[in-house]
Amino acid sequence: MTDMIPSPILTLTDLTVFRGAAKILDKVNLSLAEGETLALVGESGAGKSTIATAVMRLLDGAKVDGKAELEGAGDLLALSEKQMVTLRGRRLSMIFQDAGAALNPAYTVGRQLITVLRRNLGLSKTEARARAVELFTSVGINDPEGRLSAYPHQLSGGMQQRVMVAIALACNPDLLLADEPTSALDVTIQAQIVRLILSQTRARGASCIFVLHDLALASQACDRIVVLYAGQVVEAGPARDILEHHRHPYTQQLKSCVLEIGTRELTAPEGTVPPHDRMPAGCRFATRCPRALPRCAGEAPPLIPARDGAESPLAHHFACWNPE
Amino acid sequence: MIMAQTQTQTTAPTAPVFELIEVEQVFPVPRPGRPFMSRDTVGLRALDGVRLRIAQGASLALVGESGSGKSTLLRVLLGLDAPSGGRALYRGKPIREARAFGTGFARDVAMVYQDARGSLDPRMTVGALVAEPLRHFGIVPKGEEAARVAQLLDRVGLPADAATRYPSGLSGGQIRRVAIARALASEPSVLVADEAVSGLDVSTQAQLLTLLRGLQRDMGLTLVFITHDLGVASYLCEEIAIMYLGRIVETGPTDAVLSHPAHPYAAALRAAAPRFFEPIPEPLPGEIPSPLDLPKGCRFSSRCTAAQEDCRLRDPQLGQHGAGRAVACLHPLTETGAQASEIR
Repeated sequence: MTDMIPSPILTLTDLTVFRGAAKILDKVNLSLAEGETLALVGESGAGKSTIATAVMRLLDGAKVDGKAELEGAGDLLALSEKQMVTLRGRRLSMIFQDAGAALNPAYTVGRQLITVLRRNLGLSKTEARARAVELFTSVGINDPEGRLSAYPHQLSGGMQQRVMVAIALACNPDLLLADEPTSALDVTIQAQIVRLILSQTRARGASCIFVLHDLALASQACDRIVVLYAGQVVEAGPARDILEHHRHPYTQQLKSCVLEIGTRELTAPEGTVPPHDRMPAGCRFATRCPRALPRCAGEAPPLIPARDGAESPLAHHFACWNPE
Repeated sequence: MIMAQTQTQTTAPTAPVFELIEVEQVFPVPRPGRPFMSRDTVGLRALDGVRLRIAQGASLALVGESGSGKSTLLRVLLGLDAPSGGRALYRGKPIREARAFGTGFARDVAMVYQDARGSLDPRMTVGALVAEPLRHFGIVPKGEEAARVAQLLDRVGLPADAATRYPSGLSGGQIRRVAIARALASEPSVLVADEAVSGLDVSTQAQLLTLLRGLQRDMGLTLVFITHDLGVASYLCEEIAIMYLGRIVETGPTDAVLSHPAHPYAAALRAAAPRFFEPIPEPLPGEIPSPLDLPKGCRFSSRCTAAQEDCRLRDPQLGQHGAGRAVACLHPLTETGAQASEIR
């Protein structure tokens, strides 16, 4: 039996990123279906943000190999910067973790949004202003007219992130990349922003990649989860499969570290991610893995389907010699 | 009054470690929209009528969003700022007084800062950083210093060779461990930690939390833990105090408060915490109001989905609500989540 593959909006093939001698992303393959919400999860250094920034072509001083194909635009990594500029904002856009740092402190938030609208959509000044007010209203900013003339520092963190969402969605992109959009915010504001991003992308039929470190939040917000460890995909698939029928010991470890209210017992995992120059030759998780076999240290496990025949790139896959 | 009841070891009527009685902290800030060069100021109430009692051996989580006054309260507890109103006591004495005379207070109350890296001198080795409080308080004779440093590093789970390294060569998790070792060096009975595990990966966070819980149990530490994460609070602390706009709105045993919150704000915080596969709940409307422009009546009334008419007229004080609990709400939620209809 073969799965029907819905037309993917984004396909990464062997995406590899070097920073100096260190391979910070190692042959990442993943597909994103149209209208799908995907979470990239893992510890810091796993390569979550690197994937998002590589797709946006915003990685500075790094060597990027492989392919990142956006439906209708070809391989993003092969485009010239000039071509890329025409895509950013219109076809794909990004919401950054720290909205306060991503917004320009010297310009009002209205000007930053209106510039995007005028440049990318060719609107006149008055049209752009009217559209900006609409956008601010749709992301739940009170007094949108007045807030257009506010500088970023005059807004709270939650409001700044709403402005970022408005700018990212201004030109109706097909793909939104949200890099830890709520980790700097309070929990009640986090719920507001995640709901906002989901409702706005769904209303537009856009696809969305969330970079997250909170597995519980990933399960609430996303259809599919990709678990990364030290620059490699170790497990990927539908959220339920990953969290309830995971096969990779690292996914189990990540899940057991989630503190829910009422968690009384916590088993802390041993060790940390090895540095890039001391990465094991085989499975990168082998040094910390409670289920490691002699084979694991020397031989890297391939990413294989969790169920025979379910080979669709969207189905549940894992990379482990001794799965759970 | 409230906290002591849940403690079993306080048999003698000794003074609690910390007691705050109607503590207020008002900062003069420029009046919004004042003319240039004007000195017109207005009082910002960062703390407003805070009552809190922390018994010996207790573990208390202080929870609230940014702007709720957690850090201001912390500064009062540590004696860094004198409150502008009310009384802040350490073992029965005003905190500022206790702090001013001798080294007793500084030795007994240790602090782990949120920015652990920033709190450590980058030019000192880890060994020197941990030895500094040993020497300052004369904890051990000079000959035994190295052995005690090694012992402390081992206790917080750092390898022995960490002593020769510099903070810049350590990871975020290791840095927090150094800060904890340094805090423990003076043999304190109280450990105050400000977001000591935030901004870390979940596995590193889990390692530090198990360490802190072990320390608290083995050494009988009194723990005051500031956090915005209810999961962390429920794992580490027996008691919880939830703050909103400078006031404690609900306090009591952590399990009881989090399983059946009585204050609508506590309930909203509880609901907003991510839970596996639960739909993301309808969030609280709006944002925390400016402390310069507090809503009339109850300060939560502007965002409370269950606010009634009198909530906009009367400001509720923190009052007893069942065993060991207190809540500042005119219409607290009952166990079933419904609201008590009669006016308290």
